[in-house]
Amino acid sequence: MISFGPTEEQELVRETLREFAASELREAARVSDEAGAVPAELLDKTWELGLISGAIPTEFGGDGTERSPVTNAIILEELSHGCASLAVAALAPGLFVQPLVDFGTEQQKADYLPLFTTSKFHVASLALHEPSFAFDLTNLKTFAEVKGEGYELSGHKRLVPMGDRASHFLVVARGGTREGLDDLEAFIVPRDAPGLRIGPEPEKTMGLRSLPFSKLELDRVAVPEAARLGGPDGIDGRRLINSCRLGSATLALGLSRAVMEIALPYAKQRVAFGKPIAQKQTIAFMLADMAIELNSMRWLIWKAASQLERGLDATRATTLAQTYTNRESMKIADNGVQIFGGHGYIRDYPVEMWYRNARTLTVLDGLCAL
Amino acid sequence: MIDFELTEHDQEILAEVRRQALICRQYARHHDENEAEFVPEELPEAKDFTNPYSLMATRGENDAPLGIMAMLIAAGSAWGDYSVRMREDSGGLGNAALAAAGTLEQIERWKGKRLAMAITEPSCGSDSKAIQTSAVLDGEEWVINGEKIFVTTGCRADGVVVWATLDKSAGRGGIKSFIIFKGTPGFEVTHKEKKLGIRADDTAAMVFRDCRIPRDHLLGLKESIPKKGAGGFRGVMKTFNNTRPFVAAVGLGMAQAALDFTRDVLTQEGGEINWDVGKHSRSAVQQELIEIEADIEAAMLNVLHASWLGGNRQPNNLEASISKAKGGEIARTATSRCLELLGGLGITRDYLAEKWFRDARITDIYEGTGQIQYLIIAREILEYRSAELS
Repeated sequence: MISFGPTEEQELVRETLREFAASELREAARVSDEAGAVPAELLDKTWELGLISGAIPTEFGGDGTERSPVTNAIILEELSHGCASLAVAALAPGLFVQPLVDFGTEQQKADYLPLFTTSKFHVASLALHEPSFAFDLTNLKTFAEVKGEGYELSGHKRLVPMGDRASHFLVVARGGTREGLDDLEAFIVPRDAPGLRIGPEPEKTMGLRSLPFSKLELDRVAVPEAARLGGPDGIDGRRLINSCRLGSATLALGLSRAVMEIALPYAKQRVAFGKPIAQKQTIAFMLADMAIELNSMRWLIWKAASQLERGLDATRATTLAQTYTNRESMKIADNGVQIFGGHGYIRDYPVEMWYRNARTLTVLDGLCAL
Repeated sequence: MIDFELTEHDQEILAEVRRQALICRQYARHHDENEAEFVPEELPEAKDFTNPYSLMATRGENDAPLGIMAMLIAAGSAWGDYSVRMREDSGGLGNAALAAAGTLEQIERWKGKRLAMAITEPSCGSDSKAIQTSAVLDGEEWVINGEKIFVTTGCRADGVVVWATLDKSAGRGGIKSFIIFKGTPGFEVTHKEKKLGIRADDTAAMVFRDCRIPRDHLLGLKESIPKKGAGGFRGVMKTFNNTRPFVAAVGLGMAQAALDFTRDVLTQEGGEINWDVGKHSRSAVQQELIEIEADIEAAMLNVLHASWLGGNRQPNNLEASISKAKGGEIARTATSRCLELLGGLGITRDYLAEKWFRDARITDIYEGTGQIQYLIIAREILEYRSAELS
């Protein structure tokens, strides 16, 4: 039934995370951005919310919360409202855990999920992006070649979140047997696998600066048959990618709301020519536009997430949501800087950071999975 | 629970709406070119049409709320042709005003009448508090004097809900709505407008010269004038919280029609949209089709959201204006972008694409222009009164 109403449980989650994001993530956002590093204690603190272990079934030591992409969208919007960069860092283990829960064999779940039921932050990540300006998920250059009882993986990966400390990588590669997104495969590769080289320095990026990204090089990395996610059936690559694309879109939504919520009071308080600039239509209408587009983005994301939740093919809904969000969240971040004027360009205020982050989130998939 | 799926029952109803819409579409060009001939009841097939609302007498637990269905039906009908709207039993805007502002007795008494809504005057449109039409109580009758224009379905309606002021110095609080039926002495429809689009839709001008109506034809029967700022006008404006999402839905139905047509003909000439690939692997035209589809989808979800809130009796003033601002913009721009993609053939009157472009243009104007919606939205989010932001 068509409904825009979150459940009571979702409302509660939203309230809790809103407070957490405001008091913890937002507080640390600027300092972490300038330092180019995530405070370790913040990762542990976010870990204690149980967002990662919640996704793990009880038989593997987790809390076994029902898998809900819609709830995840609500969670992610709130965390990104605090700080997108820290949200990605703290939720990065989900990039490994959620595909494992969704597609893993019982043995794979038993082997790897318990790593994430500890009391301290533990991270593994997803290696998706490749060094191509025309990067296209249906045209990956990373291949898995059948070798003996297992596979040999070769290729290059870029912009792997938390690659500097991940214990394992889920390496996404082309299978070569099916079409489009259905052809994607994922392989579990431990950090110390022979032939895997992890860039010694984190990548230097314009946005999400507190988040360490890594380059990976896979030179005939041998993995056993058991490393292929999902076993002989493989994975539902379409579902994995839709989940990741929606993750980026939702991060952009949360960030956009942060922009509006800071631009609005600023415009009411900033006086020019004798009255607050918010009383001038040119500014007031920018803010009205933000309100319109925040709702528009949220409904598109929720619709796609609810299709994922129902187990439907959400490719169309996801593409619409992401296409729309990429454009509109960028516009909001842009207008946020404009409303602040010269102050918007100064690093004393957060809007310039959000402007950089918005541009980053709207070009990069594989940061977060719903 | 957040969900966007329609049940099979809902989909059957919308399939019936679409079937009828396609039949009406066959007459769309004829009615556009021969507007004077248009009599909606005379579509040969119309007598066999099932009213979609009659299919909703029983609703399952998971079926969509009625308000949501009303929006989907409005969009689905307009997808066929705008003139489908003129057949609807639900009547015009005046009926919405009666439902929102009338007493229970009034709603019952005038049930089944087709009512238009007369607000705009030659010298005032969006600034409705400036209206000049006056109502003076004389014994047990109101005496109405004034002139109204742009009255949708004013020619065909049985009666009109007229905004008139009891006291011009009282501003908005002095404005009341009155029901005036055709045939009342002093009430004359003077003119039918010729328009860019929605030509089958009659748009009337009318005058009231010492037009006397019974005292109980005042909607809501509240004769006192509230003090300034007491919000008397709000009740009147609440009508729009239902009608704004509705007209947005109608405009988006036309936008969807234009998109479906454009996608179909371009696919025949140039290949399917591949949803899997990244945008580097799509043509600019395919990417534009996806952008337009995303815009229409976003706008329609805002319509459904406003309606969903209204159905749950939650305030939706802000959301109704959001749906109208977005819906109006997208109805206007999506049909225009489709024409751009269609190139020269699209502007010939051999196809309906140019008609959808003309028809959809009204969406951003009537029921409050896009700019008025932006003002309402801005005031709501900034917590400003109209004096602070105008």
